[in-house]
Amino acid sequence: MYISFADRARSKDEPPGRGKNAKRVSSVVVSLGVVSLLTDISSESVAAILPLYLTGVLGLSTIAYGFIDGIYQGISAIVRIGGGWLADRTDQPKWVAFGGYGISALARVWLLFASGFASVVGVVAVDRLGKGIRTAPRDAMITASSDPSILGRSFGVHRMLDTIGAAVGPLLAFLILLMIPTGYSTVFVLSAACALLGVLVLGVLVPGRIRRSGAAAAGEEVARPRFRWRNLADPRLRRVLIVAGVFGVCTVGDGFIYLVLQSNTDFAAAWFPLLYVGTNAVFLILAVPLGRLADRFGRARIFVLGHVALLFAYLCALAPIAGVLQTAVCLLLLGAFYAATDGVLAALAAGVAPAGGTASGLAAAQTIVAVARFLASTVFGVLWFAFGPVLALAAFSLALALAVPTGLVLLRSSAEERER
Amino acid sequence: MTLLPRVIVAAAAVVLLGGAVAFGTTQYIAFRSAQDAPSSVDTAEFDTTGDSPRILFRNTAPGAGYGYVAAVALDDPAGPRAVSPVTCDRVDAAANTQMCLTIDRGVVTTFTATLYDAHWQPVQTWPLPGVPSRTRFSDDGRYVAFSAFITGESYATVGFSISTRIAALDGRDAAEETVDLEDFALTVAGAPVTSVDRNFWGVTFTPDDNIFYATAASNGQTWLVRGDLAARTLVAVRGNAECPFLSPDGTRIAYKTRPAGSAAGDWAVAVLDLSTNVETVLPGSRSVDDQVEWLDNSTLLFGLPRTDSPGDSDIWSVEADGQAQPRLFIEHAWSPSVVRP
Repeated sequence: MYISFADRARSKDEPPGRGKNAKRVSSVVVSLGVVSLLTDISSESVAAILPLYLTGVLGLSTIAYGFIDGIYQGISAIVRIGGGWLADRTDQPKWVAFGGYGISALARVWLLFASGFASVVGVVAVDRLGKGIRTAPRDAMITASSDPSILGRSFGVHRMLDTIGAAVGPLLAFLILLMIPTGYSTVFVLSAACALLGVLVLGVLVPGRIRRSGAAAAGEEVARPRFRWRNLADPRLRRVLIVAGVFGVCTVGDGFIYLVLQSNTDFAAAWFPLLYVGTNAVFLILAVPLGRLADRFGRARIFVLGHVALLFAYLCALAPIAGVLQTAVCLLLLGAFYAATDGVLAALAAGVAPAGGTASGLAAAQTIVAVARFLASTVFGVLWFAFGPVLALAAFSLALALAVPTGLVLLRSSAEERER
Repeated sequence: MTLLPRVIVAAAAVVLLGGAVAFGTTQYIAFRSAQDAPSSVDTAEFDTTGDSPRILFRNTAPGAGYGYVAAVALDDPAGPRAVSPVTCDRVDAAANTQMCLTIDRGVVTTFTATLYDAHWQPVQTWPLPGVPSRTRFSDDGRYVAFSAFITGESYATVGFSISTRIAALDGRDAAEETVDLEDFALTVAGAPVTSVDRNFWGVTFTPDDNIFYATAASNGQTWLVRGDLAARTLVAVRGNAECPFLSPDGTRIAYKTRPAGSAAGDWAVAVLDLSTNVETVLPGSRSVDDQVEWLDNSTLLFGLPRTDSPGDSDIWSVEADGQAQPRLFIEHAWSPSVVRP
């Protein structure tokens, strides 16, 4: 909360038409970041202890939990497109996002009263429904409120706050369980409180009509064309979507990388349940610096470079250097990959999306990535079983090594068109 | 931006987060006072190890000793329990050796399998990839199997969600390395199953240590499988059977099964006669998710969580012939292991 207030206080004191060198990340972006932070504390605190809760309290095996996790992914991808379309169609991204956050918050409150497998499945499904709806309109708001020249940094700030929430949530939850071993209800209460507060921050502090500070806002509003699906066939956007898809099918879920590390070293095996915390820490530290770099040197370049980091993460996991060093380097590279691609892809897609179709363009890019990665994980799993982890990862390394120059070529022509 | 919205948010933050903290504080105080209170069940001072037949379990009685391994005499299960110095989330024991799967709580929570000798001195540990599931010794205590869920990643979609390993403990087979059931070849109805979503758990050893039974799952189906440790093979015996456990006389296998038409996450206990291949589904109104234990050749034990208090459970018994409803056997207990030295 204090981040939000502090930033607002500063930006209020500054004149609206400030110099080019003093460009600030919009207060709307910071507010949206705080909303995401609170929402991620809410969802990740519960997600982290859900396996313990299901097995320890409800007495269910996690085979059923794997089933829940599948629902997580599927619903989110499908609904995302709908959320983007609705935001563009109604031109009310705030209220579409509000609906999404609101649905998830209701799921958190429901969890306070839920018991049994069916209820938990329902809560999780509704929560992910909300996540699917809100993502694209929220990123469209970030785009609308940001100066295009610092869009990468703006998304970096948002993703940093978002990831802080994702890192803090599990730690808070485990801290509560450390102090109160049966304190699941305390975690659920905290989760519901954070979710409701997040919705309130969005509803009260984020303006419904987003105007970029310093831009000729009125003219932009009038010029906004009606959304049409065929706008998404714009060649520049299409190239970004193709590249995102090509990289997506070469992206092995980090869970698999952790499994490879776990089989290699005792260190990774002992800390296996926490490896994702390491990746998240790197992600949140690098999100803003890499966003800035993307603004300065080209988002497409940083996006491609991020996948080079991923390629090195694969090679690191394959390398015969067992021990703490290998795990540390791999997590560093994975974190850098997320920092260089997650927010940057949003900035990249938003930058080339047609006017009036920002949310749909973003939704299309994110859905393509989600579906492509799901495909990649399935194929990787098959290869893993048939040929073992080393050959499977080597095959994906080769594919990614081929995808990198392809992405560079495709996105370079896209960047040139933008600069004309 | 006017002041009002910020005041609203600040006030809401105080109310919501303050409310959560207040709730947590009352929960903490309630837990501490329960923890400092003497155990809610009768405890006794006698050796949890030694030569007397006993039932070992995780004590879930509120108060002192919560979460610790406890034991009752086999001939007096409702009598006072002796509490050991070791905490376990899942426990099994054979003569002179005991296995304990734990959740090592902390701001960073990890999971461990620890092998203890007869006097609760740790002998060996293995890190686990997630929440403990099952552990069973072979009758002679020379092999131990343990399963844990793979629960590390919050977003990742990983095909394997449970890891099951077998460790050879002594004799000529003793080895540092454990055997992972993922590396076994699975065949169902003569055809190899190679899909990625294969999962294995719930091992039970036969008196011949090389042969064991376990659960295999793929594509939403489960099978009772017969495993060969030396040949690294698993062959499906029948479908819809999880967490098998062999009777002491080796003639029957008890497992949990999904009754026809029931929802996901709903299981009943069934007993399969290995010579006649006849399955008897046992009565019971509540779903059982446990690897059942044989008290003797005619009675089964299993745990059921208490619906009214989180983290507490009871051990129930049921006759293997299916002629009677389950009965409450040991209150405030979980993960029974019958030890007959």
